[in-house]
Amino acid sequence: MITLGVDIGSLTGKAVILKNNKILAWDLVLTGPDSVETGTSVTNSTLQKAGLTLDDMDFVVSTGYGRIVIPFANKNISEISCHAKGANWFFPSVRSVLDMGGQDCKAIRCDENGKVTDFIMNDKCAAGAGRSMGIMADLVDVPLEQLGSMSLESKNGGVPISSTCVVFARSEVLRYMRQGVSKNEVLAGACAALTERVEGLLRRIGIQEDFVISGGIAKNVGVVSRLEKKFNLKANICYEPQIVGALGAAIFGRELLEKRTKKRDRSR
Amino acid sequence: MRANYGYADGSGEYYITIDTDLCDGCGDCVAACPNEILEIALDDYDDPKAAVKPEFAQSLGYVCPGYHAKCEKDSSNCHSSCRVDAIKHTW
Repeated sequence: MITLGVDIGSLTGKAVILKNNKILAWDLVLTGPDSVETGTSVTNSTLQKAGLTLDDMDFVVSTGYGRIVIPFANKNISEISCHAKGANWFFPSVRSVLDMGGQDCKAIRCDENGKVTDFIMNDKCAAGAGRSMGIMADLVDVPLEQLGSMSLESKNGGVPISSTCVVFARSEVLRYMRQGVSKNEVLAGACAALTERVEGLLRRIGIQEDFVISGGIAKNVGVVSRLEKKFNLKANICYEPQIVGALGAAIFGRELLEKRTKKRDRSR
Repeated sequence: MRANYGYADGSGEYYITIDTDLCDGCGDCVAACPNEILEIALDDYDDPKAAVKPEFAQSLGYVCPGYHAKCEKDSSNCHSSCRVDAIKHTW
């Protein structure tokens, strides 16, 4: 049984091919203005990696912001359910998931089967999400990948960034830079501000071990280590945190297919 | 699952929580809401459940007058119409 999960996020498109509970192939592309095109291109590149065609897929599930427009999807499922399911596959003991994507942030509690029991989502403003980190990285002219480690090298614990709004925070950071504050201090401030923003979400649902962080910001050690310190918990992060949603979608596809086959067998 | 719809901003916390384990999708709350912000929609397991309409999720503080702030005193509201007590407001 081969299933495909496609996750069209605000910044990147992800696809995962799952065969009998094993990941055959996955890929990640930047999202363009056209979700259909992004979905098709990430699917094609993933299929190519696996040496398969779309006809080989038994079931396709789409998720993420662009999930409703994917023409070849058999079903679309919300990214909240998919992230819980995907995190459960990587870490079966997971009970809390924090997904920090490009433009929103979700805190999820789930049970031993990866079924969501409680969720909260901040999609009103991108201040607590990946996009704000991208803006800070551009501002101090540092590659996004180095931002986290540089923020940990700060000596004074970072400058306070009080603005909730990224647009205002940007001018605040510019002012610090004009005053000659070092890049490390600015980035430490930015990471601390983002941590504070998501802290409220996690407190609201009640964080429980084991804790998993997924999404692009899971790759930012500056934010991850600050969250770990704040909650005094170890965060589990899989080798590619950005594919957790797409993987969850592929697992949903397999489970739906199994359910349907069982139903068919029973009616025979 | 406890689904929290809404957000917190500088003016306060605006969350409507719907317990989908309790909700049976009867739709009485949809009819009771004066501002028509609720709907019955299929969840990820294809069961009909009450939910906040997606277009209102980011403006809840403006479109929903709030249970404790206003509707509590009304003769009919989403809380009183729910037989299983699945809906909660933070304001």
